[in-house]
Amino acid sequence: MIYREGGQIKTSYAADQQIFPINQDRWIIYGFIAFLFVIPPLFATEYHYEVILYPVLSLGLAALGLNILTGYCGLISLGTGGFMAVGAYSAFKITTAFPDLNIFIVFILAGVISALFGILIGLPSLRIKGFYLAVTTLAAHFFIEWAINRIDWLSNYSPSHTIGGPPRDMFGITVMGPTADPAAKYLIMLIVVVVLGFVAKNLIRGRVGRSWMAIRDMDIAAELIGIKPLQTKLLAFAISSFYIGVAGALYVLMYLESVDPEAFEILTTSFPVLFMIIIGGLGSIMGAFMGAAFIVLIPVILRNSFPALGLDVPSHVIQHIEFMLFGGLIVFFLIVEPHGLARLWQIVKEKLRLWPFPH
Amino acid sequence: MDFLYNVSIDPILQIVEDPVFFIQVIAEGLMAGVMYSLIALGICLIYKASGVFNFAQGIFIVFAVLCMITVFEYGVPIIPAVIVAFLVMVALSWAIERIVLRNMVNQEEIIMFMATIGLSFFLEGLGQTVFGGDSKLVPTEALHIGRDALVIPMFGSSIRLQELDLTAGVIAALLVGILALFFQKTPVGRALRAVADDHQAALSIGIPLQWMWVVVWSVAGLVALVAGIMWGASSSVDFSLVVIALKALPVLILGGFTSVPGVIVGGLIIGVGEKIAEIYWGDALGGSIEEWFAYLLALVFLMFRPQGLFGEKIIERV
Repeated sequence: MIYREGGQIKTSYAADQQIFPINQDRWIIYGFIAFLFVIPPLFATEYHYEVILYPVLSLGLAALGLNILTGYCGLISLGTGGFMAVGAYSAFKITTAFPDLNIFIVFILAGVISALFGILIGLPSLRIKGFYLAVTTLAAHFFIEWAINRIDWLSNYSPSHTIGGPPRDMFGITVMGPTADPAAKYLIMLIVVVVLGFVAKNLIRGRVGRSWMAIRDMDIAAELIGIKPLQTKLLAFAISSFYIGVAGALYVLMYLESVDPEAFEILTTSFPVLFMIIIGGLGSIMGAFMGAAFIVLIPVILRNSFPALGLDVPSHVIQHIEFMLFGGLIVFFLIVEPHGLARLWQIVKEKLRLWPFPH
Repeated sequence: MDFLYNVSIDPILQIVEDPVFFIQVIAEGLMAGVMYSLIALGICLIYKASGVFNFAQGIFIVFAVLCMITVFEYGVPIIPAVIVAFLVMVALSWAIERIVLRNMVNQEEIIMFMATIGLSFFLEGLGQTVFGGDSKLVPTEALHIGRDALVIPMFGSSIRLQELDLTAGVIAALLVGILALFFQKTPVGRALRAVADDHQAALSIGIPLQWMWVVVWSVAGLVALVAGIMWGASSSVDFSLVVIALKALPVLILGGFTSVPGVIVGGLIIGVGEKIAEIYWGDALGGSIEEWFAYLLALVFLMFRPQGLFGEKIIERV
């Protein structure tokens, strides 16, 4: 009753091909985006920004990038942390070399550099597949980690190779660095994420996205119907790395503010982002952000639930229990719904279509 | 020019000038390679039988050896302690089969892989709760593992080998031999090979798939225990060893995921290559290139053989 396309007759090609053809979808999505732009800057505290909103936005964007590669093009990558590091360090270098450059341009340039790396790493993908490819991306990850630990120039000769976001202004408001206004920072991140999200949505429903999916489903068959595997796969690598690079720049310059190379270790970046897309749903843009919210929120909820229950547990025990619950939840989730949160959302929509009459 | 000289000519000169040292490096590399092979062996066995890339093998190693040490510290003699640790691994395998694998039959590989990462997190939390977070030492005296160095004279100079490494090599060889016999000669081994070939066909001729999984995960647990003891004999054991599974990855892809001989050869190649690269090329490139060299080496091999050295030929059909 509530959710159905019946009666929504399209009278022009433009209306027929719009991003969200069903009215309810459109209202929900645009409503939610409007909510994100208006409500948090009015009500959120610093704690909300630091613990929930910044990490969900930056890691969600990284998850979206990985989802383009893994979910849509079927190429598994374990090198997300490496590409995030490339994005972060290039954004840092660019913004310290050209302090007057608009930070949106800085982010885009960082993404482009990361994309070039992605193309380089993607070259073997024509010949190497599946897990074997995952290991080559891992090689890239370790190489990048090694490089940022060795090359002093990348961190402007800081002793422990630490980088951070320098103060930057936009329209007279400080939007980056330690003195930045949290809400302004949040809005900048949100603008980047929303714009890139719509770009991804459009890419995926167009020719490019369809050829990615054809390659994912069966690359030889895709080749036979005229899709060039090399270009398509490299494009997936490039665009995915662009997103992950921008996400890395947001993650470091906006969210963490000051990091050393250890922040990009495989267990703290690549695997969690992979968890996000698996739990959120492979091949879904919404899913990437839902997965990011899930992975970011679990530890927060666990940490707050023990004091809330009135249990006095020492902090190291809490940490161990957190590990167990986190691992257990992931296994549980993979068993119950291997297609992720996006699939649950799909099921809800199908139920709503018939509700309240089940047949 | 200086850099080019340092990477291309200088290492060769060093090798030619001191060939005995070069042999020493190779020997050390082989010994390190044995360890990599042992770690990768457990992963390979599980992959063959259940098609799961078991990231949790690293925590298996830590878990098994910490279990043994803890039991030993309660005053139990070492042999029963080893047996208790093995039984714990069997119980763990059974639980994993019951709770995780049984519910995930026929899932995609990547999903299974993620599940084992979840498992690894879970076991890490459990292990730290049960055994505590401190690093521990394997009681080498009780296990009669020597810690001396053997000096072999050669061409007027000499090379030194650690007794410990030699023991590891012998034990690894024995283990592989026993596993080969087990796979080739026993009914369970034959059933396991059938399962590795084709799950459905194995099921249809009456092989109990789930029982086989328990067996193979237990065997992997045993391999983990041996690897853990060997690793722990030379350095302490703690939970940072969990990422050791990542060290085994290049070995696996170099040898081919499904081949036991491949894992052995792959481990040795990686061990030797890594040592030589680190000692002769490390300084010119900025040090500790061990971190990524194994991957690069594996990548080079993969460009020529995408299925690894001994892997089954990939046949693609539309």
